[in-house]
Amino acid sequence: MNYQIIVLVKQVPDTKAISSKAMNPDGTLNRSALPAIFNPEDLHALEAGLQLRERYGGIVTVITMGPPSAAEVLRESLYRGADEVILLTDRHFAGSDTLATSYILSRAISKTGHYDIILCGRQAIDGNTAQVGPQVAEKLGLPQITSVEEIVQIDSGKISAWKGVERGKELLEVPLPAVLTVVDTASKPRPPSAKKIMRFKKAKAPGEATPEEAQALKDRGLLIREWNAEQIGADLSRCGVQGSPTKVQKIKKVVLKAKDIKQYAATDESLAQLLQELIQEHTFD
Amino acid sequence: MKTDGEVWVYIQRQGQEIAEASLEIFSKGKDLAKQLAVPVAAVVLGDEVQPFAETMSRYGAHKVYLLQAPQLEQYTTLPQARAITRLVKQYQPAIFLLAATPQGRDLAPRLASALGVGLTADCTDLRIGTYVDPKTKQKHANLLLQIRPAWGGNLIATIVNPETRPQMATVREGIMRLPEQQNSGTAEIITIQSGVSSEDLTPRIIGQRITERRVNLKQAKIIVSGGAGVGTKEKFHLIHQLAQVLGAEVGATRAAIDAGFIDHDHQVGQTGTTVRPKLYIACGISGTIQHLAGMEESGKILAINTDAEAPIFSVAHYGIVGDLHEVIPALMRLYKTQRP
Repeated sequence: MNYQIIVLVKQVPDTKAISSKAMNPDGTLNRSALPAIFNPEDLHALEAGLQLRERYGGIVTVITMGPPSAAEVLRESLYRGADEVILLTDRHFAGSDTLATSYILSRAISKTGHYDIILCGRQAIDGNTAQVGPQVAEKLGLPQITSVEEIVQIDSGKISAWKGVERGKELLEVPLPAVLTVVDTASKPRPPSAKKIMRFKKAKAPGEATPEEAQALKDRGLLIREWNAEQIGADLSRCGVQGSPTKVQKIKKVVLKAKDIKQYAATDESLAQLLQELIQEHTFD
Repeated sequence: MKTDGEVWVYIQRQGQEIAEASLEIFSKGKDLAKQLAVPVAAVVLGDEVQPFAETMSRYGAHKVYLLQAPQLEQYTTLPQARAITRLVKQYQPAIFLLAATPQGRDLAPRLASALGVGLTADCTDLRIGTYVDPKTKQKHANLLLQIRPAWGGNLIATIVNPETRPQMATVREGIMRLPEQQNSGTAEIITIQSGVSSEDLTPRIIGQRITERRVNLKQAKIIVSGGAGVGTKEKFHLIHQLAQVLGAEVGATRAAIDAGFIDHDHQVGQTGTTVRPKLYIACGISGTIQHLAGMEESGKILAINTDAEAPIFSVAHYGIVGDLHEVIPALMRLYKTQRP
């Protein structure tokens, strides 16, 4: 078999690195102060795609949507063994919520022609919505398995996988093509290969290069494929801010309320006093 | 068939029981419906689900929609999503809420995508309010304000869906109160025998592994939690010991879990469990915003940390600046003497 495996990935700000330095005085976030990273669960999705290719044969195509600088996650995908990469970039895509994003991604997936398995991380660390995977599945009319912990096998045109549910795990089987969203307990992503870094580190998206540079890269097979709204046949009214039903009414910085804190010294006497107080307030009852 | 803007709540089942998360949201849905002066309805799917209608009626539902078909008895995404999409199109509720459980988050995005409406994930609060479009200055009254943490919990965003209906949201577990059950109810029950088509697309559940939840953080009255400051897996044993002495559950931060001190069932915080015990003892926890989001509503918070500047002290009621490896043994010894 020669499976067409599509992996959807996202470049995200590293929310773990958020500190007061990354906050503007008005409580908004200074995005440029945060490092941009490969969304962690999407790396697991890529790994799952690469392993399926190794087991069953096929082509792994990685797709991301974002500004030209998001090509970085595509280069990282090439370093790990992706066969093809595609950047979806257009100013009309800016401000897309999950509904608009899933529409744009589903248009791009359709444009690739044939696809068997679509993989993505369960959720991205900037929004934690876990919505785009199922929304893409719905747009393409495909079955889905969300929160996949382990892909078991592909057999007779069906894929089976263990997914996390409320009270344990469920082994689901769905016919292909299908969408699977992967969690970070799934197989450990492989590191980039040194050989592939050497080969692809100069790869660029057209938006990252001058026209002359782009031509030279193209001749060397290092120009990253880029699609805009027109190329994927997207209806502009369904993209970006216009295509996004959700609006942000307000954003508030989390301010921790200072409480009246009672300090106790780390001495027996003081700790005994603390325990006495907790006992009297029936805290342990 | 158009009804005037009902508030719907999807009732997630656990066999013949109703998931607690759904009841919590139903109680919130009831409040919202009251403010809007519209009916609140429960939506239940399955083979023979009449008993659920009676239960939801006692919880105060004005209406209960029962979608019945044998294929809907066990949850699988596609048949349920298709049946509910048809129901929503027919009755056009104003608001549709689901629990942000794994099942709710599997189902809700499919519905929103099929209906072409906005969806806000994992809300921590819901209110009714007004939104003024910054460009057109058009005022939208009586909207659902969907409040959720963003950017890893560093911001709280209020999201609205001014144009599309229903306004959809999934709501985090453990945040809303449970509703009270009355002796009887008067809900109107609408039973729909749901035809399920496209059986070829129906996913098949071919195996199940039920892991008995060994950790019950949500119900715990006391939680002793350890962070990276505990140091090693061996030293984390102290946390277990203190928990045992106090009859408490053991919690942990993401950092402690990533370091391999304990498994992730114990995680308290934004990506773990949100807890509200009577007493939360934070040991060697600096207090990242993600962790605080999951425990700051605890009745009492006792923080033990060597760093007097650690953010955990900003939410704590009691603070001990000291080394937990000395403080915890002392606390255990003193507790045994003071509480026979």
